[in-house]
Amino acid sequence: MLEVSNLHATVGNKQILNGINLSVKAGEVHAIMGPNGSGKSTLASVLAGREEFDVTEGSVVFQGQDLLEMEPEERAREGIFLAFQYPVEIPGVNNAYLLKAALNEIRKHRGEAELDAMDFMTFVKERMNILEIDQSLMNRPVNEGFSGGEKKRNEIFQMAVLEPKLAIMDETDSGLDIDALRIVSNGVNAMRNAERATVVVTHYQRLLNYIVPDFVHVLSGGRIVKSGDKELALELEDKGYSWIEGVTESVGS
Amino acid sequence: MTQLVASPPYTNAFEQIQRDHAGPATIADLRRVAFDQFSKHGLPTTTSEEWRFTNVRPIADTTFVPAQAVKLTNEELVQYSATGSLDGWPTIVFVNGHYDAALSSVAELPDGVVVESLANVLDSSPDSMGIEQCLGKGADIHSDSAAFAALNTALFRDGVFVRVAANVVVDSPIQMLFITTSQSTDPDAMESPMTHPRILIVAEENSQLRLVETYAGETNTAYLTNVVTEVVAGENAAIDHYKLVREASAAYHIGHMHLRLLQRANLSSHAITLGGNIVRNDILAVLDGEGVSCTLNGLYIANGQRLVDNHTTIRHAKPHCESHELYKGILGDQAHAVFNGKIVVEIDAQKTDAKQTNKALLLSEDAQINTKPELEIFADDVKCTHGATVGQLDSEAMFYLRSRGLGLEQARSVLIHAFASDLLNRIGIPSIRAGLDELLLAQLSGSGEGGFYEFG
Repeated sequence: MLEVSNLHATVGNKQILNGINLSVKAGEVHAIMGPNGSGKSTLASVLAGREEFDVTEGSVVFQGQDLLEMEPEERAREGIFLAFQYPVEIPGVNNAYLLKAALNEIRKHRGEAELDAMDFMTFVKERMNILEIDQSLMNRPVNEGFSGGEKKRNEIFQMAVLEPKLAIMDETDSGLDIDALRIVSNGVNAMRNAERATVVVTHYQRLLNYIVPDFVHVLSGGRIVKSGDKELALELEDKGYSWIEGVTESVGS
Repeated sequence: MTQLVASPPYTNAFEQIQRDHAGPATIADLRRVAFDQFSKHGLPTTTSEEWRFTNVRPIADTTFVPAQAVKLTNEELVQYSATGSLDGWPTIVFVNGHYDAALSSVAELPDGVVVESLANVLDSSPDSMGIEQCLGKGADIHSDSAAFAALNTALFRDGVFVRVAANVVVDSPIQMLFITTSQSTDPDAMESPMTHPRILIVAEENSQLRLVETYAGETNTAYLTNVVTEVVAGENAAIDHYKLVREASAAYHIGHMHLRLLQRANLSSHAITLGGNIVRNDILAVLDGEGVSCTLNGLYIANGQRLVDNHTTIRHAKPHCESHELYKGILGDQAHAVFNGKIVVEIDAQKTDAKQTNKALLLSEDAQINTKPELEIFADDVKCTHGATVGQLDSEAMFYLRSRGLGLEQARSVLIHAFASDLLNRIGIPSIRAGLDELLLAQLSGSGEGGFYEFG
């Protein structure tokens, strides 16, 4: 589904990604771990099309298409969803409006009929229950005044409504309390199926107790320095990232 | 810059008014004083502090003639209204400055409510219903920056007189429509019409009313609307006022509003500017009794090379009054806006609570705003705050919306609309709010006059 080859990216003059290779197939959950500054969030942002990053080398193919050629909205309509590390507050735009507009853009792109207000509400209700989202949240401005946990839940709720083919979660677990972590994880697990792939970017192993990955990759210095199964995450937690940085050096030498 | 003096067309217009429509002697005298003042000062230039950023040279360089009466059909009229329908409200209509009784519907009003053509009252009523005691008592015609108000006072032909008697509550909004339209069927006769509507609103104690003033036009020639509105809100009166400027793109609109608020009066005024080439809205609110609450809100949208200037002054003269002011502007292309918000707190006006906020959204690199708060505080126990922000669309919010599937233009439109939404939400008449929402969306999507997406 997703083929990232030798991906290099810079912001300003700073090289952040140094040749990422990653292959994600439908149905798989990949965890990307790494210390701060290793390039995890940059990778997520480049995949979603954030403009301040320049791809200087390499390619990304998503479902047979050159992803890097697409505008952010085209990527979304093709089925990529980024759950933001810092969801943006948008005063004056209510959650229901945004979600309905987004869903209908995606449905149009798929050649499906747009939903009216009634159908839309029926459609979202069930997903609201899974994520324990209160109906009143729908009529509030997007993320404005939400707690950290509410913002992250809202991201996963949007994801549940938009039903992406590839979900990318950028440190969705950071700063979550125990309940919110459980709710968010339940939401993600409820969406796991054979057609959908998920990339979970995280600093901590804890999330992976709830969302069990098929593969774990460790990022350091803008490169994947180690890949393995879920055991790798436990090992990382045991030994800390300094263990990996040691590995990087030995790879580099 | 040289002083601009009264040109012959203004003199001709003045002589014609004095000859045919002067009104009672006190009014004729007032006109004479006003025209002398206007002749003395001429139109303001940018050397005047009050007009520093607003160059009215294009107005000074145009020869305006008094607009001639034109007939409109009811269908033509409806499109100019604030809501796209007349809503069954009491409505008074002026076409090219001339009262159109057939299009107006002010016959069946509750007891104690008068909505009339000002000229009719001045001409026919023996005591002029007290107009002579109020008219011209608010608006300044003497200072060099008040030349337009002086010109209006000298040249007004007609306008609206509203009086609501004590303790009367008017349920339905009172609608005033001022429309300027081509006055000649001969396309070669490119005369530039001018109108000088005059409005006087007297809300007696404990009365309540809502007013909607709309200015609209449809003509390719430049025209001038130069209006003066005077409002007196009696003790504990409540007024909700809306001024909608939807003038044609070649129009010049200069408006001056004077508000005198007596004790415990509550007034909110909303100035919405969507059209016009050069638009100036001046508001002076005098809080002249204890416990007054005054709200001034404004929303303006400009593109192309249009200029919108909002000058407000709130004068706190008595203790325990509050004023709230929120102005928001959206500027594209090479549009230019001016916001000048002055708050004066006189020495007796202790416990004043005044808050002013001005926000502008610039959609293009060439759009500009000059914004200036002015606080003059002479009392020592007051709360006055002001804030101004000028910004562009938030790129992070843009990316967020696009990452959810919204296209570039849709994302822009959503954010611009969101910027205006808190002002729209303050509009207390649902049909006006909905009508404006539609006008705003039409303008943002480019289907209105001038698209907003001609820039990078």
